[in-house]
Amino acid sequence: MSASETRDTWRVGKYEFGSRLIIGSGKYDSFEQNLECAEVSGAEMITVALRRVNFDAAKGPRLLDVISPDRFTILPNTAGCYTADDAITTARMGRELLDTDLIKLEVIGDERTLFPDVPATLEAAQVLINEGFTVLPYITDDPVACQRLAGMGCPAVMPLAAPIGSGMGIRNPANLRIILETVEVPVIVDAGVGTASDAALALELGATALLMNTAIAHAKDPVAMARAMRLGVEAGRLAYQSGRMPQRLYASASSPLDGLASY
Amino acid sequence: MPTPQNPAQQTVFVNGDSTPVAAHCTVTGLLEVLGLGGKRVAVAVNRDVVARSRYGYVTLAEADRVEILEAVGGG
Repeated sequence: MSASETRDTWRVGKYEFGSRLIIGSGKYDSFEQNLECAEVSGAEMITVALRRVNFDAAKGPRLLDVISPDRFTILPNTAGCYTADDAITTARMGRELLDTDLIKLEVIGDERTLFPDVPATLEAAQVLINEGFTVLPYITDDPVACQRLAGMGCPAVMPLAAPIGSGMGIRNPANLRIILETVEVPVIVDAGVGTASDAALALELGATALLMNTAIAHAKDPVAMARAMRLGVEAGRLAYQSGRMPQRLYASASSPLDGLASY
Repeated sequence: MPTPQNPAQQTVFVNGDSTPVAAHCTVTGLLEVLGLGGKRVAVAVNRDVVARSRYGYVTLAEADRVEILEAVGGG
């Protein structure tokens, strides 16, 4: 059976997914727009942040009333945390709030680039793994950091493509390839993609999945971009499975040389 | 002269704001006062995350710092 005919799923911890696109819930105009994008994108897992309850808005619908945990796997994050302690506490809050062991671990090291604090991420990951969390760490596209995280028990690693929300695409495909070759757990490219070709490239390189937020939410037409991203991810995955032809510097004629007319 | 505090009342800090609550108020009681009873929130008291199963047992003390979080849009 060809790759396109088998059900192509992937796993992280005890969770299994068909879709290789994970989307966020930030920066949308409305919960409803977020939901429509989620449906069109085919995403099965959606990230959320944890913030102080908004008492002014508490009477209206809340995010989880629309992006329902009954329909989607909700992945809480520790966005905005700058220390391992804050990230650990936030992860525990997420577990209580959502009854989930999943956590997208982010320990930010710099507010301008939002690049991860690698030592603090490693420290928090170890504590959370010991507490039974399924830790999905957002991390620099650093093969050694990814190897360390996988070695300590993260069931996937999430190297960035470019700074969060930058839309610059995959800035270092060579590093990503090294990570893909040297890390045994699924690699989820997280952050920085801008358009569908970026999504396709991530999957063509062999990434297991792709997590994005702004690329959809800040497109002029987010719902159409959600579809483009779905197709980009699917095309990239299929191309990866199909095994691309080798590149060569010179041409190789596709039409036969024999039987050419002589005028 | 500071106003003598009513012994039946105490002040805690909810998400940074001082909030009067009954002495020996539980987390369950606080959430009800705030209109959050049964809502999908998470609670920490002085950095300790309170399991939902313990909301009725954890009582608040004067000047406790309570954080009450909900899920919001994020990436």
